[in-house]
Amino acid sequence: METILKIENLTKKYGKLIAVNDVSFNIEKGNVYGILGPNGSGKSTTLGIVLNVVNKTSGDFSWFGGKLSTHEALKKVGAIIEHPNFYPYMTAKQNLELVCKIKGVAKNQVQKSLEIVDLLDRQDDKFKGFSLGMKQRLAIASALLNEPEILILDEPTNGLDPQGIHQIRGIIKRIAANGTTILLASHLLDEVEKVCSHVVVLRKGKSLYVGKVDEMNASFGFVTMQCDNMPLLKEVLSSHKGFGKITEEGEYIVAYLNEEMDASSLNKLLFEKGISLSHLVKRKESLEEQFLELTKNTTSTK
Amino acid sequence: MIRLLSIELDKIKRNKAAKVIVSVYFLLIIAIALIASIEFNFANVNFRIADQGIFNFPFIWHFNTYVAGILKIFLAIVIVSMMANEYSYRTLKQNLIDGLSKKEFIFSKFITVVGFALASTLFVFLVSFVLGMFFSDHTEAIVIFRDMEYLFAYFIKLVGFFSFCLFLGILVKRSAFALGFLIIWQIIEGIIYAVMKWQLFKDTELADKIINFFPLEAMADLIVEPVTRLGGVRTIANQVGEEFSKSYAVNWYTVLIVAAWSAIFIYGSYKILKKRDL
Repeated sequence: METILKIENLTKKYGKLIAVNDVSFNIEKGNVYGILGPNGSGKSTTLGIVLNVVNKTSGDFSWFGGKLSTHEALKKVGAIIEHPNFYPYMTAKQNLELVCKIKGVAKNQVQKSLEIVDLLDRQDDKFKGFSLGMKQRLAIASALLNEPEILILDEPTNGLDPQGIHQIRGIIKRIAANGTTILLASHLLDEVEKVCSHVVVLRKGKSLYVGKVDEMNASFGFVTMQCDNMPLLKEVLSSHKGFGKITEEGEYIVAYLNEEMDASSLNKLLFEKGISLSHLVKRKESLEEQFLELTKNTTSTK
Repeated sequence: MIRLLSIELDKIKRNKAAKVIVSVYFLLIIAIALIASIEFNFANVNFRIADQGIFNFPFIWHFNTYVAGILKIFLAIVIVSMMANEYSYRTLKQNLIDGLSKKEFIFSKFITVVGFALASTLFVFLVSFVLGMFFSDHTEAIVIFRDMEYLFAYFIKLVGFFSFCLFLGILVKRSAFALGFLIIWQIIEGIIYAVMKWQLFKDTELADKIINFFPLEAMADLIVEPVTRLGGVRTIANQVGEEFSKSYAVNWYTVLIVAAWSAIFIYGSYKILKKRDL
């Protein structure tokens, strides 16, 4: 598989603060990647470094196998960072034509791009009159001008109203369906969950997890149970090797599975031990719970 | 290079404020012709500027480049803001992300500035030439094309000044503050000169020599004021017992100093941009 971006041990320090700490991952062609992390976890800094606007402190990155200089490589990349940045006194069309000149792309791409984001009828209006949603769509149009090999989006739905969010997500999904590689940075879990196949989880500049979204947590889920004899239930569960952590949450006992076990065989097992359950639910953690689990672990080990 | 220039010109020509100021600038250069109509009284003598021979070849080259040199502050506003706007619109960041290198970015600004200086020099040449053809006592080619070094000095002066403006724009990031800094810098040079002249190197010529190496002073030195060269002014000065004995020529070493400052400013801008996280 073709590697588009390779990041190795990337580190960025702002004085004493370490914004990005020894982060490594690869972006392979055709996948949709998410960079997930709370605000201030180093997502934007990492993207800023590979996009040539932030200087790295140490480590390395290379675009397209290192054959091109960074700014040449960026002509084959489409990127939107945080806020849409255009010249306010120019129209949408003029702004995109300027980007065409910078990227060395033919001007006829402008109409095509504007059509994708549904801004054709507003192309001759000045950028400063646009709503945030329209600005963000224009930014996506601009990023698509060069038919990029990879599209980088940093918090693309930040600050938008529900309708705007829906529009942007729709556009992203359509682009992903065309086979374009996407790197999406977000602090919104469901956004990443809905769109991405791979994820990099960052927290305080460190990468906690790099891999497929559905392999993010190797656990086998957890069961929530209730019965008349709670102490006995707890004792039975603790003595069984199939269970890891067991906690009490209000009136329920929550047990995390160490091995694959379906609910009916668990029920059967407990019944044989003389416990009849009044409540039994087996669930897998949602991405959100997995994410919180991941980030919590690092806080406690520190 | 043409690509970079056209990127930059696109940014300027669609900016209404910039367009207005640039037009005013070139109109004001034409307005130099109006000086011909100025009349005033000085020491009970009636003066008509036009009679003083200011539009005589080759003196007109000196006079017009000096007067047009004062107008450069108008273009400075455009240049400072074309740099500072890239920060306030955050388009500098976007330009880099879109695939412009930092070197290309600075270079595109620099060639635009050189373009401005070139256009202004050409314009001053044309206006002076036409004015001279109207008012000059001598219109022989050999007289007309004497002292052309003033035009060269004018060009170097503009490039130096505009490079300084670019540098301030990128250093300060805000147009108003950058222009303020420009004025403050002029005052700083004045204070440094005063301290050297009357404190450090009292009763020597050293202060006058050192100040020549400062950027704004060097730019001012390129074209010495032409007024005391005028016949009428000389006559009056003689009557009150004064005599002017200074050189009005363009000095090669001043050209060199200003060229060196231009290089320092442009390279400095690049270094700042390279070091900065956006």
